[in-house]
Amino acid sequence: MEILRETVEAVFRRESGKIIAGLIRISGSFDLAEEAMQDAFAAALEHWPAEMPENPAAWIASAARRKLIDYARRERTRRDKEDQLLYETNTVTREPDPADEASLMDFADDQLRLMFTCCHPALNQEAQVALTLRTLGGLTTPEIARAFLVPEATLAQRLVRAKRKIQSAHIPYEVPPRDALPDRLAPVQAVIYLVFNEGYTAAAGDSLIRRELCAEAIRLGHTLSELLPREPENLGLLALLLLHDSRRDARVTAEGELIPLDEQDRSLWDREQIAEGLQLVERALRVGTPGPYQLQAAIAAVHAQALFTDRIDWRQIAALYAELYRLHDSPVVALNQAVAVALGYDLKKGLAMIDTLGDREQLESYHLFHAARADLLRRMDENEAAIVEYDRALSLTENAVERRYLRRRIAELADAIMCGLCRDCASA
Amino acid sequence: MRYMMLIYTTHRPATPDEMAEVATAHRALMDETERLGILYSANPLEAPATATTVRRQPGKVLVTDGPFAETKEQLAGYYLLECRDLDEAVEWAARIPTACGGGQGCVEIRAIHEAGRDVPSMSGGGRARA
Repeated sequence: MEILRETVEAVFRRESGKIIAGLIRISGSFDLAEEAMQDAFAAALEHWPAEMPENPAAWIASAARRKLIDYARRERTRRDKEDQLLYETNTVTREPDPADEASLMDFADDQLRLMFTCCHPALNQEAQVALTLRTLGGLTTPEIARAFLVPEATLAQRLVRAKRKIQSAHIPYEVPPRDALPDRLAPVQAVIYLVFNEGYTAAAGDSLIRRELCAEAIRLGHTLSELLPREPENLGLLALLLLHDSRRDARVTAEGELIPLDEQDRSLWDREQIAEGLQLVERALRVGTPGPYQLQAAIAAVHAQALFTDRIDWRQIAALYAELYRLHDSPVVALNQAVAVALGYDLKKGLAMIDTLGDREQLESYHLFHAARADLLRRMDENEAAIVEYDRALSLTENAVERRYLRRRIAELADAIMCGLCRDCASA
Repeated sequence: MRYMMLIYTTHRPATPDEMAEVATAHRALMDETERLGILYSANPLEAPATATTVRRQPGKVLVTDGPFAETKEQLAGYYLLECRDLDEAVEWAARIPTACGGGQGCVEIRAIHEAGRDVPSMSGGGRARA
């Protein structure tokens, strides 16, 4: 029984996003589709011990479709009996078409429709994220609430509101026309990126569910790239996620300490994921329309090359950041570019670049600005100036992992200064 | 599906030419939607200062002068259009001029609530779009 439950749960996690997409299309309702799918999974627990189906997803899909027919018939009977109440009802009673049975197995189109509906620009981003994880990702409401550190009731409310808006404002359930695709893809990509980042940024929260978020974002990225492979930003996004995630085991110590890229044990990097990421970046860039995700993926790719070449081509990274800055002139991008210039060309030149960066006031309150200056000063053996900058960075971030990293740097530099003094004493 | 498109505008001095341009754009849009048979109605409203607010309270009706709330953007007019879904409504809304008061504004889209509607509540479902 325990094994059966695990099998059913595995099928749910892997396939529910595909299955529900078709059920929503034929029922026209998120709620009915969800109910039918849950009933079908319950039926699976009952029937599978006797005979395990060859294709579990197909079994669930067709059982759920029969449930939808049942609901529709029951609803019609009820209505026939009390048609005086007709004006009050607005539940769905359309009986699924027999042709739906075949179309239910056409997962790809339905999944795309569902992605575009869940990430429709008329929904706010919090709602887009919640709805995407709940329907396409098959995460439960408590799981999503835990991942985003919001009360379960708040998240449930968010989902109800989003579904109500889809229904009452008639947000379409279809793939947007080609000319609208770039505008409509952006929020889908943004949701996937945000889900990944939420899992990747090692802040507070449950670490298991965070890893699950990264895995989910990568799954969604795969789906999007498979369904719309000619959009290079889809490939770029997936590559970016794979390349970052490839370092998941190397970037934090068992105690939760953040390990900087150049100190990571590269044997812990996931080679398979790196290979896939590198291949995707190449495929995307060959299309010839680089976008922000592709460029960030290319930067991550240069870092990943260190696995094979044992050196990082900072000059290429600097050039990629320059290109990224052309598309998106944020001070954070400029900051990264300056660091790459420092490491690729000349430390002093990079530091000077940082000092002339755009919106100074905005950067002054950004902890990574001070951390970057501190790192360069440290490399220039300006230990005391570096400590001052690390201190400022420390006062500007709440992230526990980052704080531990900054404190460690300060302690190391303080030791180095002490040692210097000792030597002076000894020679005196 | 009927959609109410509420035009909110900001008031600032405008030249007669600018106002004529807005009026021409409205006329063109009304002609086009009329021709397509999707226009129920479209009208400008008198200035917010002429608004009257009516509130029913137990046992009496309270009538007050002026708009319900003072906001920078004020309701200046509306279109009531038949659209297939929100995406089509957004396409039309994007073409509605909002400078009726001189300054740029925005259009708020609300579907008309239809009681007893017993059709699948989402549109689309595989229909091809141009």
